[in-house]
This record gives sequence, structure tokens and C-alpha cells, in this order.
Amino acid sequence: MTLDFIISLLGGTLRTSTPILLAALGQIYTQKSGILDLSVEGTMTVSCLAAFVAAFYSQSLFIGMLVAVVVGLMYSALMAFLCITIKANQVIAGTALTMLGTGLASFMYRVIFGIRELPPVIKSCQNLDFGFLSRIPIIGPILFTHNITIYIALGLVVVTWFVMNKTVFGLEVHAVGEYPRAADSKGIKVSVIRYASVLLGGMYSGLAGASMSLGFMNTYTDHMIAGRGFIAIAVVVFARWSPVKALGAALLFGGANTLQMRMQSIGVDIPNQLLQALPYILTVIVLLGVSKHVNFPAAFGVPYSRKDN
Amino acid sequence: MGEAILQMKGISKFFGDMAANDNVNFSLEKGTVHGLLGENGAGKTTLMNVLFGLLKPDGGTIFIEGNPVTIHSPAQAMELGIGMVHQHFMLVPTMTVTENVMLGLHLPKFPLLNPSLVKQRINELSQQFALDVDPDALISQLSVGQQQRVEIITALYHETTILILDEPTAVLTPDEAKELFVILRTLKAHGTSVVLISHKLEEIIAIADEVTVLRNGELVGFTKIDKEVTRKEDLSAMMVGREVSFDFKKQKGTSMHEVLSVRELCVNNERGVQALDHMTFTVRRGEILAIAGVDGNGQKELCEVLTGLRQPGSGAITLNGNDITQASPKQINELNVAYVPEDRQKSGLIMDWDISKNLVLKNFRKKPFTKGLFLSKKEMDEAAEQAVEAFKIKTDQVSTLVKNLSGGNQQKVILARELATDPDLLIVSHPTRGLDIGAMEYVRSILIAKRNAGVGVLLVSADLEEIFQTADRILVIYNGRVMGIVNPDVGIQKVGQMMAGITTGEAHA
Repeated sequence: MTLDFIISLLGGTLRTSTPILLAALGQIYTQKSGILDLSVEGTMTVSCLAAFVAAFYSQSLFIGMLVAVVVGLMYSALMAFLCITIKANQVIAGTALTMLGTGLASFMYRVIFGIRELPPVIKSCQNLDFGFLSRIPIIGPILFTHNITIYIALGLVVVTWFVMNKTVFGLEVHAVGEYPRAADSKGIKVSVIRYASVLLGGMYSGLAGASMSLGFMNTYTDHMIAGRGFIAIAVVVFARWSPVKALGAALLFGGANTLQMRMQSIGVDIPNQLLQALPYILTVIVLLGVSKHVNFPAAFGVPYSRKDN
Repeated sequence: MGEAILQMKGISKFFGDMAANDNVNFSLEKGTVHGLLGENGAGKTTLMNVLFGLLKPDGGTIFIEGNPVTIHSPAQAMELGIGMVHQHFMLVPTMTVTENVMLGLHLPKFPLLNPSLVKQRINELSQQFALDVDPDALISQLSVGQQQRVEIITALYHETTILILDEPTAVLTPDEAKELFVILRTLKAHGTSVVLISHKLEEIIAIADEVTVLRNGELVGFTKIDKEVTRKEDLSAMMVGREVSFDFKKQKGTSMHEVLSVRELCVNNERGVQALDHMTFTVRRGEILAIAGVDGNGQKELCEVLTGLRQPGSGAITLNGNDITQASPKQINELNVAYVPEDRQKSGLIMDWDISKNLVLKNFRKKPFTKGLFLSKKEMDEAAEQAVEAFKIKTDQVSTLVKNLSGGNQQKVILARELATDPDLLIVSHPTRGLDIGAMEYVRSILIAKRNAGVGVLLVSADLEEIFQTADRILVIYNGRVMGIVNPDVGIQKVGQMMAGITTGEAHA
């Protein structure tokens, strides 16, 4: 029982951390460019529904994911417009878009599917078979028995690291978030880089939303995202904007979530409400511990205008 | 020599109705250092921003090597071989030298970065011009002088033939300024032409071959510099439009009566690092004690402790015999201490308030400004009218918001407020930073006048010229420690060395 329990706990950890990891990777671009995007939760919710609807009607999981990415991009374009072009307060804009997103998704779901006795379902992403790799004892079941979204997320860790550290775009994102005036003086268009960073973050959030309704579950329900967008924002800060550390942080939160589910299922004598709260309590503790010692990008949350000194 | 690499003819630039540049001509010869001299707001930076493509001129033509050009953007200016080092460094502190230089460059391998290529070029330039820059160092770990050299490398990265430096010595210690001049001479020897924007007369005379002087946006003079013949006074008269006094007549003889006494003062900064380390000194009536030091060596913390804004760790502060070590700002204020803070816009004034309200910030609780629960606007305005008159504050009315005043007039508002109550001790921090030469002269003359009237003055400054013009004694601060208290006759060089933390010979009071 103990070995099986540990294997299932670790495998589950990888699965539950995927949506958090995907959203967090995208927020690395956004936050590094100097923008606090609290609309992630809303973007994930809207994309989660969009992915499900598209997959339901097209019978194609690929189209579902694609639509989620496009919807994530479009929804975050709203955020980008508000906080870059209009220079609105980022906290207010992000919070408003999260509220709008969760409300809009519930509403659209009712409009599209009405009220049914049984919720509509799709055939969700199947676990991949890596042949002999999947059959290696212990390691196989932990690492090589998951659906495609988990491997996309792991691949994006490498991609995000590469883009941030090895490309001109990554350097420009860094400069724009630290000292936009310096970037401007070198001919870098601050608003273009920030738009790109927010939109990229939105696309990752879209994929994160899709991984919930198409990968983790096979349907859409309200409150499915359940704060994962906010946890992703915490993960980015905890990981100090490093994609590799974000993987570790996401696994920590995923682990907490899986642990509480497993403990519930084996009937540990702790109130289940307390167990469910575990990942959120962990978020608070981690942020309390870490936020004092973190160097945020110097221009974090500050709109850029050439005229101000 | 002799051929003009750059000519700007009839350049005009208007901001609204105001002419920032009015029909200005400027000519730069190949392989020379050309000083561009003028007070703040004279149009020096505007002219160079036009050249660098940051501003579009409303009239005039630019010729490079005889060919007329129009410059729309900094990128285009760089292609034409023009490089600019801004007054405020455009460097990202969390990135390395190489990464900063690489920003905005389009190199082979785009969209991937190409650090090895850039590193190689930095090393080349560093060697060629003796710049001594480590391409892998983080900007935040470099001194101001080193950061400036990184800016120079960035400007030279392309085959730059014209290098513009905007007030480059404003942030440097005297020794660092000397190193900069060595670099400029090397550049000159390699055929680079340099435009040096400045309002410091000494350095123009020391380094420039020619000088163009602007005043109120107009060209008022052009002359070749001959170190033996050119006098500071001639240039300053051209720049200001009248004779400026650099010698303040001081009355001799300071009293021995102590106003302020500081003993073994230790203070931590907000990060918990020791900012002041067992500081001991006194300020006497009728003297100016200058605290000389490079910014960030504890001056800010010292001023804050003395005015009650920061808690001392240990040590004792007495004012006219009263222990004020633990006193609140209000108590210290009531003991006749006046304070002109370093950042006049953030801590000296309320920018969105008008002149008369700012003038009563310290004594609005007292009569006649308050009657019962209410403030008396009439009394406030009357007092303000008098202050505007007495301190020559340039404004139409006392209801003008202070944010709409020039830096010099803002400083005058603060001085008027702080001196209204006849202080025993006047603490002033960088009182002339960013002011033009006329306002500078005025502020310094006020300090001297107060000293002569028997006020004890504590002057915190990084400007050695100011210190040597006004101070009776100089306390050099380095890393929160007293490096020594010296008389001005030890010379500027010695004090400059002490500011850099070099201890040679003994200090004497």
C-alpha cells in the first residue's frame, strides 16, 4: 500500500501541478516586463470553457486547445489594452477582468448547454504510451503515464527558459520591466514588448485553462479553476521569475493538492474542508516567507510614459 | 584639424511659445573637444537632442561632413556616427555590462542573442580607449564612474565619430572626473570629436578646445579656449549675462559657542546596515561646517537623525545644551532648527500646494496664521507676499502652485520658510543641486549671510566648489565615518582624496 500510495501521489502531483505550471510560465514573461496581471484567473476560466465548447462541437481535442489559446490571447489583449494603452491601475483592471471572466464563463455555459440532467462530457486527452518507458517500475507510472498536456507544460519550461535567457526578446522583456526609459532610449518600443509579454502570458493561461477541462477532467463546471490562476501568480514570485524554479514551485502546490485529495480518499480523520484549504494555506505561508526577500522588477506595476520623469 | 565634421545652422526649436533654441549655429571640428556651455534651461540639451534625433527641429539644417542630413531617430543618429551619453544613465542595474550594451543592437544571429560577439567588441574598445570595463560585471556592482564608462562604450559601439556627453562630471568625484578627462583626450587622439555639455566653467577651460555659449535659447558666444588666457569670469559673464561673484566676503572670527554637538553617533539604515559609525563633531555659532562626501556615505541618515526623522542607534546629540537624541521632529523644530532637505520636491515642499501654504508648513499652528480652529488665509497670503519680496521668488502671485516654479524658485520658497523663524541651527543638504548659476550664487550668499548673523550652519554637499566657497571647516564623511575635519586651506585635492576614502597624512582641525 505504501509504495503504491507514493507512486500515485507523485504521479498525481505532476498532473495537478500542470495547469498551475502552464499559467505560471506565461506570467514569467508578463511580470518580467513589469506588469502584474491579476486577470490570469479570469483568462483561465474563459479559456477552460472555450476549450470544452470547441472540443465538444468539433470532437477534436486539438481544436479545443487551439481555441483556448486564441481565446486566452484575446482575453489578455483586454488586459494589455487597459494597463498599457489606457494606463489603468493594474490591480483594479486585473481584478475586474477576473470577475468578468468567471461570470462570463458561467453565463455562456448556461446559454450554450442550458440546464441538463447530466452534464455534457467529451472524451478527454488519453494517457500516452511510451512503450517500455511506461513499464519501468516506479519511474514509469510516475513520469510516463500522463496525457499530452503534462508533456507540453514540461516542454514549455525549456522553451520559456530559452526565450528569456537566450533571445533578444527575452533581454528586451527584462529591460522593459526594470528600466523602461533605458529601453526606450535604445530604440526598444516599450509598449510593444509589454503587449507581447501580456499576450504570451494570456496564451499560456489559455493552455492552462484547456488542460483543466480537456486534460484533468472531461467536462466544464463552474469554479473549476478554483484559484489556480492566483496560485500561479504566487508561484512566479516564489520562483523568482525562473522557469525551472517555477516547475519546482508548481510541483509543491500540486503536491499539496494531491496529498489532500489522497488523504480524503483514504479517510484521514481531519475535516475535509481543512484539507481542501491546504494548497491555499501553503500559498499564504510561502508568500509571507518569501515576499520580503524578493527583488521585483523595478518598474513592476508602473505604467510607462515618455513624458514623466 | 580645421575641417568641420558637424555643422548645425539656424536651429530653432519651440515648446509652445517658448523658444528652447532660437536660430542657433554650432560647428564642431574634427578631433576636438567642444564645450557647450550655458545655465540650466539655456537650450544646451535641446540642441543636442535635436542632433541625436530625439527632438524634431522647427527650423534649421544639420550638415555632417558637409552633407545636409535630417535625423528622425536616435537609431539614425547612431548610423551617422553620433553617440550620446545621457546625464541620467540609461543602464539596467540588474543586467551585466554586455547585456546592457547588447540592448537595442541588431546583430547577426537575430533573434538569438550574441553575447560573445558583443563581449569581444567591448574588450576591444575597452583596450583601445583605456576604459577598463569588465563585460561580465553587473551594473549595480559598478561605481558611478565605471557605469559612465559603460555608457561611453555603448555610445562608441558603432563606429562613432561624434560623441555627445551631457553633464558628465555632475555625478563624479574629482578623481573620477580626472579619469574621464584622460579618456576624452584619448578619444580625441583617435580622431573622435566630442561635444561636452556643461555648466562648470573649470572643466570647460581644462578640457575643451573651443566653447559655444548659449543663454535663453540663443547663441551668445563662441571662442577658442586657451588655458593660459581664458578666464572663468569671462565665460560666466557670457553665460549669465552679467558679472558673477565667486568670492564671498566672509567676516572673520567664529565664536566658540557650540550650537550642535554630536557624540559617538551610530545609526542603521532601513536595511539594518550601519550607516553612521561613531560620528563625533560640533557646529559652532557663526560658522559653516560642511559635510563633504560622495552621495550615499551616510549624509542622508545624518540629516534625518539630526531632524528627528530617524532613531539613532547609540550616541548623543545636544542642541544648545538640550539633549535631543530622542526628540521628535516637532520638538526639534521648536528648538529653532531649520532644515532644507536634499530632495526639495519630495521632502521639502508639497508640490500640489501653492506658495503661501508651503510657506506656513512649519508654523501654521501658531498665531497669526491660526485663529481658533481655522487657518487665516489673509495672514498667510500677506506673509507670503513679504517672503516672495524678500527672497526674490519669481512668481506673479502667492497662489501659484510650487510645482510650476523653477528649481531655483522652489529652493527659495524652502529657504524663506525655514529662515522665517530665525533659527539657531540651519541644516542644508545639497542646497544648490540642479540649480542654475544665478540661483546657486543667491543660495550660497544666503548661507554666508546667516553665518555672519551668528547662525550655526551644517552644509551637506558633494560639490567641492560650493564647499570651498562657503565652509569654515570641512568634515569629510566616508562609509559613515568621519575621515577627518579639516580647514579649507588643505586644498581641494586633499579633500577629494579623503572623500574617496584615501587616508594620507594626518587630519587636523
